[in-house]
Amino acid sequence: MASHQHDESCKKMFALLSEYLDLELPAESCKVMDAHIVGCEPCAAFTENLRKTIELCREYRPKELPGPIAWDARQKLFEAYQKMLAGRRA
Amino acid sequence: MERAAEIELARRLLEGKPEAFDRFVEHFRAKVFHYSQLMCGHREDAEEVVQETLLKVFENFGQLPEPEHVRAWVFGIAKNACLIKRRKSIYAPPQEISLDELMPARGTSGDRMKIEIADWSGIPEDEVLRSELQHILKDTIADMPEIYRSVMLLRDVEELSTEETAHVLDVNVDAVKTRLHRGRLLARKKLDSYLRANSPAVETN
Repeated sequence: MASHQHDESCKKMFALLSEYLDLELPAESCKVMDAHIVGCEPCAAFTENLRKTIELCREYRPKELPGPIAWDARQKLFEAYQKMLAGRRA
Repeated sequence: MERAAEIELARRLLEGKPEAFDRFVEHFRAKVFHYSQLMCGHREDAEEVVQETLLKVFENFGQLPEPEHVRAWVFGIAKNACLIKRRKSIYAPPQEISLDELMPARGTSGDRMKIEIADWSGIPEDEVLRSELQHILKDTIADMPEIYRSVMLLRDVEELSTEETAHVLDVNVDAVKTRLHRGRLLARKKLDSYLRANSPAVETN
């Protein structure tokens, strides 16, 4: 019986982990999660995994960049910008 | 470029100061290129999306609600440009993945649940491993169902807020949270498989 309850609370925890890590949970639910993590090693390890996954995503900087902008493409954008400004001034 | 610098460029452009133009273009060309490449899957499509997006951005710059939201606003335009491109290519129906599929392998040992996960403790220090994992992460995001990919890119790569992401994708905040969580779990699972294949697994009780 005890193991079943343990498993259920882990499942609830699992469903809310992203909101927990993003600090988007209400304070009360957050406290429940904190308490669970302290007492549950698998959930603590899993939470740490997910935290690192998010960290790697945020750090990721693509190596591949677009080629330099062609002169006429840049000119087209600049003209659109100037036209927009003229429209605002009118 | 920091978010504050990007907002400052948008503010200057709105004030009619064209010296901010080239830096703004350079910055968002790279960002939108990366986003579109992962959303559309082709470099040629991405190059086109970048130019179409920036053209719309400058044509409508006066409609930018507040410079603070420039990133979300630009990505809203980029998302639409990607949708148009995608309609021309293969249509992929949305696939929902259940949370159970994303839970780590587990079993019970006596009264306790146990899960098997790789040892992630070496990641913070190991630059080579970090870079390898980021490469896997990029491929994982590119391959995941679009409903998760679009949220992951905006929330975790571009760091838009949940509300901004909901606005860009035209879905509610709860849908963003659900999709983000599944996307992250998919990414975690892929990284874990890689680490497990390359290091001994740790059994956690």
